[in-house]
Amino acid sequence: MDIVIGLEVHVQLATRSKLFCGCSADYFGAPPNSLTCPVCLGYPGTLPLLNRRAVELALRLALALGAQVQTSSLFDRKSYFYPDLPKGYQITQYRSPLAVGGTVSFPGEAGEEHLRIRELHLEEDAGKLVHAGDRTLVDLNRAGVGLLEIVTEPELRSPEAARAFVRSLRTVLRHLRVSSGDMEKGALRCDANVSLARAGEPLGSKTEIKNMNSARAVERALAAEAARQRELLSRGERVERATYGWDDALGKVFLQRGKEDAESYRYFPEPDLPPLDIGPELLARVRGELPETPQERLERWARELAVTGTDAQTLIAEPERADYFEEVARVCGRPRQAASWVLSEVLRLWRAKEPPLAPGELGLLVRAVAQGEFSRTTAKELLRQAAAGASLQELLNSEQMRPLKGSEPLRELAQETLLAHPQAAADYRAGRTQALGFLVGQAMKAVRGRADAPQLHRVLKELLEEDHWGG
Amino acid sequence: MLDEREMKRLERMAGLRLDQEERETLVADLERMLSYCRILQELDSETVPPMTPVGRAGRALREDDVLPSLSQEQSLAHAPEVRGGYFAVPPVFGEPDDESW
Repeated sequence: MDIVIGLEVHVQLATRSKLFCGCSADYFGAPPNSLTCPVCLGYPGTLPLLNRRAVELALRLALALGAQVQTSSLFDRKSYFYPDLPKGYQITQYRSPLAVGGTVSFPGEAGEEHLRIRELHLEEDAGKLVHAGDRTLVDLNRAGVGLLEIVTEPELRSPEAARAFVRSLRTVLRHLRVSSGDMEKGALRCDANVSLARAGEPLGSKTEIKNMNSARAVERALAAEAARQRELLSRGERVERATYGWDDALGKVFLQRGKEDAESYRYFPEPDLPPLDIGPELLARVRGELPETPQERLERWARELAVTGTDAQTLIAEPERADYFEEVARVCGRPRQAASWVLSEVLRLWRAKEPPLAPGELGLLVRAVAQGEFSRTTAKELLRQAAAGASLQELLNSEQMRPLKGSEPLRELAQETLLAHPQAAADYRAGRTQALGFLVGQAMKAVRGRADAPQLHRVLKELLEEDHWGG
Repeated sequence: MLDEREMKRLERMAGLRLDQEERETLVADLERMLSYCRILQELDSETVPPMTPVGRAGRALREDDVLPSLSQEQSLAHAPEVRGGYFAVPPVFGEPDDESW
């Protein structure tokens, strides 16, 4: 059976203040109801005034996705009663959105895929509810924060594709600095429409799944809903049009609203806001300030740095990571080695917001390895110690981190190793040559990787094969 | 037609408390307004461009500057019930217009 999915993605815009008033939009961790004013509390006699920055950020995404910006768009009131909505209506763009069309590229099963966007519109976020037994608690700090809603065409063909799309969209949003895209903090939330059809037959009824808070949740919820619909259809039953919520902890969808309760939102034009006119001047300015999109960046990397494929995809996923990689590559002058270091050693040690080492320092280290000043093992050890808080400069200057250079120290090390492991030495001379690998490993361990392994290998071999060790 | 049942639903959701006399007066008033709207809706306005906003004049956009908010106490001053800095309302679990509140 074919599955067809369309998504509505709600993105919090990275503005300092809310969409229609001057309250701070940075509500995370703020005491409840400490970031509100008569406008976002919906007091009578107040007037909304649109945030210019929110418009610019929304336009930025519209342009980056190749959407067509409408020269004039309109605001409407979507009315419903719920305690998270103090005015009794949400201001949104229902009749005439900010922009229409555009596409998002994402990695699909068979190479790059493109999903068409239907429209992008501005709207305000609702407050937050906390359910506490006999009461529901309401925090209106989030009420009125600027959202950009991205509505896709219903053209996704699998839950996996939906997940890949959400991840790619998030990457674009973060690179463009349109939104933090922080799904854990609710800065990016998804609703989905799902319907199934037997091959060649018209689609069945669609159901809506609301409030998925991670790309993984999108995939899981859609897979669960597709399985539920498939089961119904295979028993010859019908899928009823309805709205479901997603419980991520239980891994289940639950019925929120059946079709008999289909809502009337009583949309009507918002009389307090004039049409949003986008002049050529504003559009040109936004276009001029448009940061490089991840797509453009990938193309540049392929062209100038010869970094492509999965490596490039992993590096581009977070803008901080992409910036970091580019700086390491610039300093060391070896982009592919920079990529390899960032992807293996650095990502493993990259906790929370902070990279384990400044990119300039890692660049110097990678260059030193490439020039044979350190073994890769020593460099990894240095990186680990620097990640644990040591200063790289001091480590480089300290005696115990200096690489063993020249034949004398290496010969000394080899002799000590043979004395410490007489059995392995005897094994080698008895013809079990694999013992040499063990001896090299022991020697490297003893000096914490400061020796050059191929050189050490040669010196050990020479010693083992010298006569006076034969006795 | 607006009937008493619908009126009671609206009261509950708008957080209004009316006695029977007030309710009957309000139902009659609202019904008069709605009938007037029904008369207006009979007009053929197909060719008339909508004039929803007051006008395009004035400052349409504001800069993204953070202004002082109300204090938590001020925000909650008219709350029917407060718990730990939150507005406390009868429990809601379902969707908007849920009968449970």
